Amino acid sequence: MLHAARRLPLSGKIGLAIVLFWLMVALIGPFIAPYTPGAFVSEEVFAGSSGKFWFGSDFLGRDVLSRLLVGARFTVGLSVLAATLACATGTGLALTAAVGPRWVDELLSRAMDTMISIPGKVFALVMVAAFGSSLMLLTLIVAITYVPGNFRIARSLAVGLARLDYVEVARARGEGRLHLALVEMLPNMIRPLFADIGLRFVFIVLLLSGLSFLGLGLQPPDADLGSLVRENVSGLGEGALAVLVPALAIASLTVSVNLLIDAATQGKAR
Amino acid sequence: MSGSASAQRPTWIAPLRLIAARIGAALLTLLLVSMVIFAISGLLPGDAAQEALGQGATAGQIAALRHEMGLDQPGPVRYVRWLGGIVKGDPGTSIVANQPVSKIISERLPNTLRLAALTSMVAVPLAFLIGVFSAIARGRRLDRALNVLTLSMVALPEFLVATLAVLLFAVKLRWLPSIALVPQEPTLGEFLRAYTMPVISLAVIVVAQMARMIRAAIIAELDRPYVEMARLKGVRPGRLIFRHVLPNAIGPIVNAMALSLSYLFGGAIIVETIFSYPGLASLMVNAVTSRDMPLLQACAMIFCATYLLLVLIADTVAILANPQLRKG
Amino acid sequence: MTTPSHVDVRDLSVTVRRPDGTLLRIVDSVSFSIPRGEVLALIGESGSGKTTIALSLMGYARGGAVISGQIRVGNASLDGVGPASLAAQRGNRITYVAQSAAAAFNPSRRIIDQVIEPALIHRTAAAPAARERAIGLFRALALPTPETIGERYPHELSGGQLQRLMAAMALITKPDVVIFDEPTTALDVTTQVEVLQAFRRVFREEGATGVYVSHDLAVVAQMADHILVLNGGKVREQNSAATLIAEPQDDYTRMLMSAAQPVVQAITPPAPKAATPLLEIDGIFAGYGPIDREGRPANPVLSAVSLSIGKGAALGVIGESGSGKSTVARVVAGLLTPTAGTVSLDGEVLAPTLAERTREQLRRVQIVFQNADVALNPAHSVGEILARPLRFYHGKTGADARRRVNELLDLTRLPSSVIDRRCGELSGGQKQRVNLARALAAEPDIILCDEVTSALDTVVRGAILDLLGDLRRDLGLAYLFISHDIATVKALCDEIVVFYKGTRVEHGTSDAYAAPPYHPYTELLITSVPELRPGWLADYPYQPVAPVANVTQSSDICRFLQRCPRSRQGLCDIAAPPLRTLENGSRILCHLDTSELAH
Repeated sequence: MLHAARRLPLSGKIGLAIVLFWLMVALIGPFIAPYTPGAFVSEEVFAGSSGKFWFGSDFLGRDVLSRLLVGARFTVGLSVLAATLACATGTGLALTAAVGPRWVDELLSRAMDTMISIPGKVFALVMVAAFGSSLMLLTLIVAITYVPGNFRIARSLAVGLARLDYVEVARARGEGRLHLALVEMLPNMIRPLFADIGLRFVFIVLLLSGLSFLGLGLQPPDADLGSLVRENVSGLGEGALAVLVPALAIASLTVSVNLLIDAATQGKAR
Repeated sequence: MSGSASAQRPTWIAPLRLIAARIGAALLTLLLVSMVIFAISGLLPGDAAQEALGQGATAGQIAALRHEMGLDQPGPVRYVRWLGGIVKGDPGTSIVANQPVSKIISERLPNTLRLAALTSMVAVPLAFLIGVFSAIARGRRLDRALNVLTLSMVALPEFLVATLAVLLFAVKLRWLPSIALVPQEPTLGEFLRAYTMPVISLAVIVVAQMARMIRAAIIAELDRPYVEMARLKGVRPGRLIFRHVLPNAIGPIVNAMALSLSYLFGGAIIVETIFSYPGLASLMVNAVTSRDMPLLQACAMIFCATYLLLVLIADTVAILANPQLRKG
Repeated sequence: MTTPSHVDVRDLSVTVRRPDGTLLRIVDSVSFSIPRGEVLALIGESGSGKTTIALSLMGYARGGAVISGQIRVGNASLDGVGPASLAAQRGNRITYVAQSAAAAFNPSRRIIDQVIEPALIHRTAAAPAARERAIGLFRALALPTPETIGERYPHELSGGQLQRLMAAMALITKPDVVIFDEPTTALDVTTQVEVLQAFRRVFREEGATGVYVSHDLAVVAQMADHILVLNGGKVREQNSAATLIAEPQDDYTRMLMSAAQPVVQAITPPAPKAATPLLEIDGIFAGYGPIDREGRPANPVLSAVSLSIGKGAALGVIGESGSGKSTVARVVAGLLTPTAGTVSLDGEVLAPTLAERTREQLRRVQIVFQNADVALNPAHSVGEILARPLRFYHGKTGADARRRVNELLDLTRLPSSVIDRRCGELSGGQKQRVNLARALAAEPDIILCDEVTSALDTVVRGAILDLLGDLRRDLGLAYLFISHDIATVKALCDEIVVFYKGTRVEHGTSDAYAAPPYHPYTELLITSVPELRPGWLADYPYQPVAPVANVTQSSDICRFLQRCPRSRQGLCDIAAPPLRTLENGSRILCHLDTSELAH
């Protein structure tokens, strides 16, 4: 692991460091927050950076840093969960399609082609309008939104592998479908799949915070990084830190994941 | 003589058949999409009549309205009626605005089309240049720098780009208004002032996406044996890219463009909202907030149809550009 | 114009940087010269550096390799300072014919535009003149309809045609030297002869100087005046073609020559055949793609194929690519469901699909594929790969299985140290041995070998063939041995079946293939294999046959008719060929009898 990390190009190392930082924040953020995130601690709203409030105060005089530390946990946590869910479902269906009877493949592929023709944001909006956006629903909605994308990648990998001679040999030996999918195919899909999970994670972070920014995502009193941008958007005219910092936080997370995936996959391609 | 005649045999049938098949497939997908959208938004939740009348309505009033809206019919019947309406250009009445959905949409659609067209005009040439140059310079410093740049740009949240644009142009420089209100008969200056920031915000994301896909498409070709052969024939880099590689990469390149441009419709939601731009995407957000299902469904269908149309156009171009498909 | 055009190479070395940063010399101090109008062959196995040397003559190196040494071609030179001077000659004074023309032609441009492109970019001729010269070359290369063939796209032409068109492209600028990089390796043997004949003729007419890269000594013997034998980037021997083949000096050259003519230690034919053969295939029809209402697949491959193999016997199946020989193995293994016909094992009819066969039936028939690179799962270690069938068929686990895995490695002459390695770390020959060991783990009665030696270098191929022979003798295995190479099949098998376009055209004992009479297709196949003597090609009697006109495309008519040099009008184009038995015991599908086919 450490050896592989050392061989990453500079952009990859930076990406890895920032990703680790955010995972850390998601784990321990609430415990190191200097103030209670909901408490009104500053006299001044939209205060600038100070020794007391590193990232200033928000539109109600709350500490931006504390709210950021708690909000990051929602953004990172929900996104990791949703990305894992999306990729597990997508890959599972893809393997089913690859080793199952032809009609299963055709049915699944047709269904996924339909889903992929509905742009992600549009699909999520329709779902939110229909079902609302409780924490669990929201996670499910963004996960479902990105199942078809993962399915498409995983299926093309799996179908390519299914044609290879070593899978044919296993079939000729009389192996069952489960063995073919899990023992012969899945281990050879892991690397590209990890890259895809990372990519889905980025999309999901952007979608989740986008929904929250529109007021359709996480509902108060819970707030993820997108909600923080939304609630402080009135401070934009003054160039308030309270609106810039959470937006930059999201960007640093997504950009660093992207840099890390790119560096890691390129290293393997050579 | 006979040879030239055989070369000119009617070669348009094979591609035409292929394209017709693609059109059929796209229509089928659109039909399935409409089922999904209707199933999610029209069948399961809530009661539109209840919502329209509010909490104070009596059970009788609600039942009457339900009957009037056709909500007491079984799902498939409502679906067929709804689909029929959409095909005829009448997707129902907005519950909130109490106007025909078609009227609301026809006011907003031109705005969205205009924004998409303007952004495309900026984004497509720029993305093409970046994609081609980084592919030519593959592995060199220029390519690595462009790679990190586009990689970062695709991962930026749209509201960050828009926020930074507002901060720079409206707050610090005070060149532009932070809200894109387009007057009825704008002068060129007003037009630019209104559109600059939304176009920049959208273009940042779209250019990066498109440039990356174009680069990948060209690089996939550069690794093929015919490129080495062309080099061994003494073909110079410029001719290599434009005469040898690009004709083979047209399919993936137009596909990349279609995918990115489809983003300008359904994906512009946040940018339209931030700049209070009166387009379809922000209309859809309003429909979600107010749970205005007929309006929401119509907007969703337009976005999906646009996506399918763009992909279909890309497929058609790819078929016509490929002699193997073109000649059947 | 000033100096006589020829090639002179002194101390050529090519160095690559390995992933860990160290340098590796893949070509080491190679020197040679070629007189004007002659052809030098570079011969060696994969990794010998032959293609690298050829490309470096153009100042071109793949993957960032560094070329050093002195190269002079005509009056242009590359002196180690930089490749620029020679690069300018690329495609003009020095030209290249690639191994796979099908991949090396640009799929979206017309052939003629690509063929005359070197003349246009190097300004050696104007477009009309270049076009005229191209058509002349097409004609000299015996291409059909030379005036219009250039108007086509690559996908509309066959591999043999494309290879000749690429030669035309290489000759269009009247170069000082043409480099042929394994130009016939990807072709079927019967196509190879036609292409070699065309190359030879056009070389004579043009008086061109050439470098011919190949792994096949017999091909090289036809094309080259001088031969340079390479191994591991070093020159082992160089001499005139005739001398080198008659009196090879170097041990490595001798090894290459003996490996090119495989001989497997004679095996006593299996004991008198039992009443029921071990494996019997009867009236198989099979193909790919959706099946229509009459039960015929969209791409029919096999029609009415019957074979039988006794216990411990070895049956060879030969044919060109697309003849359906691999499909037979897939049907027997149960991977492809036939649309008609049966496969029986020991008289017991096997179910057409895998799912309906018992595990015991599956165990007794094992299949081994050609390309060990994709036949072994890269995610598993050698030990895991071999342990799986032990557990699956025999329920062996733990120490029991480990012992057996070691036995299997021993049996296939692999060191026990490979047990924890992944296949990516093994050599080609080792992979093929693991591939065989996996089949042996099932303790089968018969192994279906699908081109198991075709992807291997000559010397390794010989070793694998020896191993197959030994295994058969020691374990009493039967083989269905599929190959495109008749020499390989003759060396290993007791009986041979010849396939053409999905039908069995001949079936006889191996000995019967030593001399005529054969089926006309078998005859073409056997005579097309180049012999290891210079002048064989010059004596080669056959010319491509003009297609018979106006034949009804009936499925009954002899499928070889269009290419048959012995076809009779009014007989072969009307009636279906009968199955007849020749005097040497071979059964053939042909209208002609022993006396007509004997010479």
